[in-house]
Amino acid sequence: MPAYFTDDQFRVVEAVCARLIPTDDDPGATEAGVARYIDGLLGAFNFDPPRIWAGGAFSGRFGGSPGFASFHRLSPLDELAWRVRIEGSLGMPEREWNGPVEGLQERYAAGLKLLGDDFADADADEQDRRLLEHHEFTALVYEHACEGMYGAPEYGGNRDRAGWSYIGFEGDVQPRGYTDEEVSQP
Amino acid sequence: MTARDFDAIIIGSGPGGSTAADVLTAAGWSVVIFEKGRNHLIDVADPSRLTNDFSNDEIKFMARHFLGPDPLLEPRTFRSSEDDGERTHTGEVNTVPSTVGGGGTHADGKVPRFREDDFRLLSEQGPMDGATVADWPIAYDDLEPAYAEAERLIGVAGEAGANPFAARRSGPYPMPPGAPMYGALLTSAAAEKHGWNPYPAPTAVNSVPYDDRPACNNCGFCAFFGCPIHAKGDPVASLRRALMTGRAQLRAETFVSRIIVNNGRATGVEYIGPDGVTRTERASHVILAAGGLETPRLLLLSGFEHQLIGGNLMFHYQTYVMGIMPMRVHGHKGRSVTHVHDDFIVPDLDSTAAARDAGLPWFKGGMVEHAGAAHPLTEAKLAPWGSAHKDTMRRSQMREHLWGFCMQGEDLPQLTNRVDLDPAVRDVRGFPAIRVTYKPHKHEQVASDYYAAQMEDCLRTAGAEVTFVATSPGLIGPIPISRHVAGTTRMGRDPATSVCDEWGRVHAAPNVVVADSSLFPTGAGYGPTLTLVALAIRNMRALASERGG
Repeated sequence: MPAYFTDDQFRVVEAVCARLIPTDDDPGATEAGVARYIDGLLGAFNFDPPRIWAGGAFSGRFGGSPGFASFHRLSPLDELAWRVRIEGSLGMPEREWNGPVEGLQERYAAGLKLLGDDFADADADEQDRRLLEHHEFTALVYEHACEGMYGAPEYGGNRDRAGWSYIGFEGDVQPRGYTDEEVSQP
Repeated sequence: MTARDFDAIIIGSGPGGSTAADVLTAAGWSVVIFEKGRNHLIDVADPSRLTNDFSNDEIKFMARHFLGPDPLLEPRTFRSSEDDGERTHTGEVNTVPSTVGGGGTHADGKVPRFREDDFRLLSEQGPMDGATVADWPIAYDDLEPAYAEAERLIGVAGEAGANPFAARRSGPYPMPPGAPMYGALLTSAAAEKHGWNPYPAPTAVNSVPYDDRPACNNCGFCAFFGCPIHAKGDPVASLRRALMTGRAQLRAETFVSRIIVNNGRATGVEYIGPDGVTRTERASHVILAAGGLETPRLLLLSGFEHQLIGGNLMFHYQTYVMGIMPMRVHGHKGRSVTHVHDDFIVPDLDSTAAARDAGLPWFKGGMVEHAGAAHPLTEAKLAPWGSAHKDTMRRSQMREHLWGFCMQGEDLPQLTNRVDLDPAVRDVRGFPAIRVTYKPHKHEQVASDYYAAQMEDCLRTAGAEVTFVATSPGLIGPIPISRHVAGTTRMGRDPATSVCDEWGRVHAAPNVVVADSSLFPTGAGYGPTLTLVALAIRNMRALASERGG
């Protein structure tokens, strides 16, 4: 069950991500759970603490205790900034110190509507045609899709490190790091 | 003395403010450090403990503003010149971190000294039309002891004698250099073939355990990330030492909105704490270390008037010469930059001839960093979407094969390049945002073109199959991406042509002392950090001895 999207919206987001970062011989956005990442970003405030910044210092993947899983508490100003960024200013004076701000939730709602409710069922060429036509929204989703594909798995994407594995990236190597030989040799 | 009185209020907890806190508390002063950003660096209840908040996390640091400033909360605006109108951009402009530790947290820790010549640019090279070239009111020799002390205090790894252009040193570096990156070995060999003199970059990154902090383990998440194991010394070392004296208080998420001045003396500051309430703090001195953009902003917000406050804004004019190498150079392993060369710092007969051809009396380049690498998220956002995406990422030209040079070209001061208060855009607390007006001088562009061609040749010698040049400002957009900011409260002896005196004291209110790179009359072709730390050591020690501290 998505944290923010409706099931229908989630299907469209999944279909969009599958075109942006396709599955080939290697896993793509679908296998990496990229739509989950985007859902987690838009629904960050459905969690306590909000899922904005993963903790530190280590993920546990290369030793140390797995601190990434404990998200940081937000200061009041951080919460304000991220609520404005995600939800928009929604006409609230305390959010409009420089005027109205359109939030990610509003941009996704509008963008998904433009792509069409039937997007997930359209064929690939038609899907690409619509993505190119609505390129501004496509660019926004692509930015988030990259985060969901290649960011730390604690944010909901990059499932089983699918994004890192196929490009040969080790990931968050602390506290092991790299040996001097690994740095200096070919 | 009541509990709320301090000898000094320090505004900003970056390398300048942390150094001021270290030196003043060591001299017995009590200080309070105000920092508008959050504290992710040190446990104030037990300052021997450094925190675990930094991590190898591209989302947190590259996409979600963990180190601040958040461009929604604290927008800045930009225009190239007054001809652009009020502004052409609102949002992120040159965001040096707004967090406890300031710019030191995200830097990869290159801390070169300036050269003797850099303190007397006007005498050495002469004037330049359209630029306010000047000599510093102090000489290199005045600062050398403080440079040496700064290197010991923050912990610098380097190799004395390896750089033939280096200024005189009174002693060795406290630590040997760390492991050289493979790509840097390739370009260093090529640079030597071109007659240049690459050397191990002096870095405030531990190569061996130092100051109760571990050696760097080469994780590669260095520039733009906080260090998860605190192997970077600046400003962790100074801040921790200051807090452990028990004479320093650190108040994060606290924005100083005004320095209160009466009859040419500061009596304290107004500040807004995390609860949003405005309060006042009093002290006998105010140390202003908010950085090259925020320091002039606060002086302007406080009603200081001088044409040079915010003027002469300098960045570095960055020239990126990048190549695609046939072999995997894995630039994401290691300290970001392990080698540099200084051969473009000193004008020679050829460069002077090229300058004359371009209608300039002379030009200077800057330190050249040998560097590559981008992490996968950064690479992916520049890759295409669709069927080409995966192959682009598998080939990994940026992350695995990109290597080259970044020259930190000297940026001459110009009166028209400045920080002022934006007439309309506000921060979340309602104060006018910083507006940056900046356009490079012809000097920077000519120097960049001249040295870029040589660097491309060198990269091909190193084996690059494709090379390209990008400058900032230039191909990388009109807003400088160099985080090296300086010059906006120039120091000098004459109050008509400078904001601060040779000890960093504001002429108009001498108990306000600037302790950051805003003081620099010229910017040199080197990163500003070690020089601003050395100035803070020298100036704070003078301040403490003046009081008999």
